Amino acid sequence: MSKDAPERVVDDPNVAMQDSPEFAQLRSKFRKFVFPLTALFLAWYFLYVLLSVFAKDFMGTRVIGNVTWGLILGLLQFVSTFTITMVYARWADRVFDPEAEALARKMGGQQ
Amino acid sequence: MSALLTSAPSLVPSFAPAATTVGNPAINIGIFALFVVVTLAIVIRASRNNRSAAEYYAGGRAFTGRQNGIAIAGDYLSAASFLGIAGAIAINGYDGFLYSIGFLVAWLVALLLVAELLRNVGKYTMADVLSFRLRQRPVRIAAAISTLVVSFFYLLAQMAGAGGLVALLLGIEGALGQRLVIVVVGIIMIFYVIYGGMKGTTWVQIIKAVLLIIGAAIMTVWVLGKFGLNLSSLLGEATTASQDAGGKDLLQPGLQYKNPVDFISLSMALVLGTAGLPHVLMRFYTVPTSREARRSVVWAIWLIGIFYLFTLVLGFGAADLVGAKEIKNAPGGVNSAAPLLAFELGGEILLGIISAVAFATILAVVAGLTITASASLSHDIYNTVVKGGKATPEEEVKVARIAALVLGAIAIVGGIFALGQNIAFLVALAFAIAASANLPTILYSLFWKRFNTRGALWSIYGGLVSAITLIVFSPVVSGKAIDKVTGKSPSMLQGVDFHWFPLDNPGIISIPLGFVLGYIGTVTSKEYNAAKYAEMEVRSLTGHGAETATHH
Repeated sequence: MSKDAPERVVDDPNVAMQDSPEFAQLRSKFRKFVFPLTALFLAWYFLYVLLSVFAKDFMGTRVIGNVTWGLILGLLQFVSTFTITMVYARWADRVFDPEAEALARKMGGQQ
Repeated sequence: MSALLTSAPSLVPSFAPAATTVGNPAINIGIFALFVVVTLAIVIRASRNNRSAAEYYAGGRAFTGRQNGIAIAGDYLSAASFLGIAGAIAINGYDGFLYSIGFLVAWLVALLLVAELLRNVGKYTMADVLSFRLRQRPVRIAAAISTLVVSFFYLLAQMAGAGGLVALLLGIEGALGQRLVIVVVGIIMIFYVIYGGMKGTTWVQIIKAVLLIIGAAIMTVWVLGKFGLNLSSLLGEATTASQDAGGKDLLQPGLQYKNPVDFISLSMALVLGTAGLPHVLMRFYTVPTSREARRSVVWAIWLIGIFYLFTLVLGFGAADLVGAKEIKNAPGGVNSAAPLLAFELGGEILLGIISAVAFATILAVVAGLTITASASLSHDIYNTVVKGGKATPEEEVKVARIAALVLGAIAIVGGIFALGQNIAFLVALAFAIAASANLPTILYSLFWKRFNTRGALWSIYGGLVSAITLIVFSPVVSGKAIDKVTGKSPSMLQGVDFHWFPLDNPGIISIPLGFVLGYIGTVTSKEYNAAKYAEMEVRSLTGHGAETATHH
C-alpha cells in the first residue's frame, strides 16, 4: 500500500481513489450518460401511458390501413427501447469500460 | 408476468374445475414428461459440484452474458406473460398490448442504473448491496423481509395458476386431482432447486426460454402467413370478428382499463418494479463480470421485446381465428387464447407442445423464486443475523437447501389453499412492493453519498407496509360490485366491503412514499461511513474488488 502518495496522505486506498480527479471524472461521465437517458425514456413512456388513457380518440385513430396511432407509438416504444439498449451497450463497451478498467488496474497495484 | 392478471382479475381463478379439455391430454402429458426428464438429466449433469456457496447461489458466476440473458427471459416470461398477455390482447385488444410495453421498458432501468453496479458490489443477494455501507444487521433483516414477501407473493400466484392451468391442459378434473398436480409441480421444483442450485435452475430457465420463444415464433409466422404477412389485414379481420360477435373495436384504448389513475398507478409499478425484483437481481450474480451483466440485460431486452411482439400477433390472431366467445367460454377463460390458437393452427401436436411449454414455464419461474428466497433466508438471516457472519459456506448451503425444502412445502400448501381463489393481485402487489421498498433503497445506496441506515429502513419498511396496507383496503380484496354474469364479486373476498382506497394498485402512492421516506430518514440521521462508501462506490464503477468466477 503506497501511503506516501505525494499530495494526499490517506491510509485507505478506496478513499484515495474516490477523492482522485480521475475517479470524479469517471463518475461524472457515467452519470452524465445514464441519468439524462433514464429521464428521457421514462418521460417518453409516461407520455405514451398518459396519451393512452387521456387521448383515447387520437390513439384509436387509424393511420395506415388498420394500424392506429396507439399501435404506432406503442411499436415506437419497442424501437426506442432497443435503440437505447444498443446505444448504451456500445458506449459502455467502448468508452466507459476501458477507463473503468484502467482505474481498477491502478487500484490493484495499490493493494 | 402474471401482474397482467391484476386488472383482469378473472384470469387465474377462472381455471377452476375444468369441465372439458382441448386436444389430447396424453400427448400433453407425454411432451411435458419429456421436458421434465430432459431437464432433470441436465440438472443432474450440471450440478455435480454444488458444494461451495458461490456454486449453489450463483452458479459459480460462470454463465456467459448470453446464457444469463436467455435465462433472465426464461425467468421473466412467466406463463401469464405468454398466456395472459395473448389472451388480454385477444379480448381487450390494444389495452392488452399496453401492458407488455411497461414490462419491456422496465428493463432499461435495470440496464442503465442497476445491473452492472449491483453485480460489482454484491455477492449473492439483494441485501448484500443494500447493507454494504450501512449497519449490516437491521438493513439485512429489512431487505430479507422484503425479498421474502415479494418472492412469496409471486410464488403463491404462480402455484395457484399452475394448478388450474395444468389441470386444464392435462384434463385433470376435480379438486383432488388439481391438488395432486400442485404437489407434483412443487416436488419437481424442489428437486431442481435443492439438487441443481442456481446452476440447475438457470439451465431449466434457459431450456424453457428457448422452447417458449421458438414455439411463439412458429405460431406467429403461421398466423401472419394466414393473413398474407399483412399486419393491417390481421388487425382488420380481428376487429371485424370481435365486432361481429357483439364486442367492441379492439384497436380502441380503454376496453380493459376504465380508471385512468389506476392504470397510471399500475404503469408506475410495472416500469419501476422490475429492477427491484429480488429474483431478477440475483440473476446478475451468475456472470463473471459487470460487462457480462450488461450483456445479459441486452440479450434479455431483445428476447423479451421480440417475444412481446409475437404476443401482439398471437393475440389478434386468436381474436380472429378462435374468436372472443369461444375463448371466454373455454375452461381456462382468457388464458386459453394461446392454447386454443395452437390447436386451431396445428392440432393436437402443436397444442401439446405449447401446453408443455406453459407447464415448463411455471416450473422454471417457481424454481427461480424459491432459490432467491432460500438464499436470502440462509445468507442474510441465518449467516449474518443468527451466526454473526461466521457460518461456513457449507453450513450456509445446507441451510439454504433446508430453506428451499421448507419454502417449497409452504408453496405447495399455499398453492392448494389458493386454488380457485382470486389471488392474482399478489403479483401486481409484488411489483408494487419491489418498486416502493426495494428500488428507492437500491438507487439511493448506489448513487447518494449521504444515504444511511435510517433512510434505508424507513424506505424499505415504509414502502412495504404502505403497499400492503393499501392493497388490503383496495377493491381487489373487498367491495367490487357483483358481476352479473358470474354472480360473484371480482374482489378476493365475497360479501364484505371494507375498502377505502379507490385504486387496484398502490404504486402511485407507495412508490413516491418509499422515495420520500428514504430521503427524510437519511437527512435526519448523521450516520456516514466514509471508508465503506468509498469502497462501495469505487467497486461499483470500476469493478475493483468485485467477486470473480469460481474455477475448478
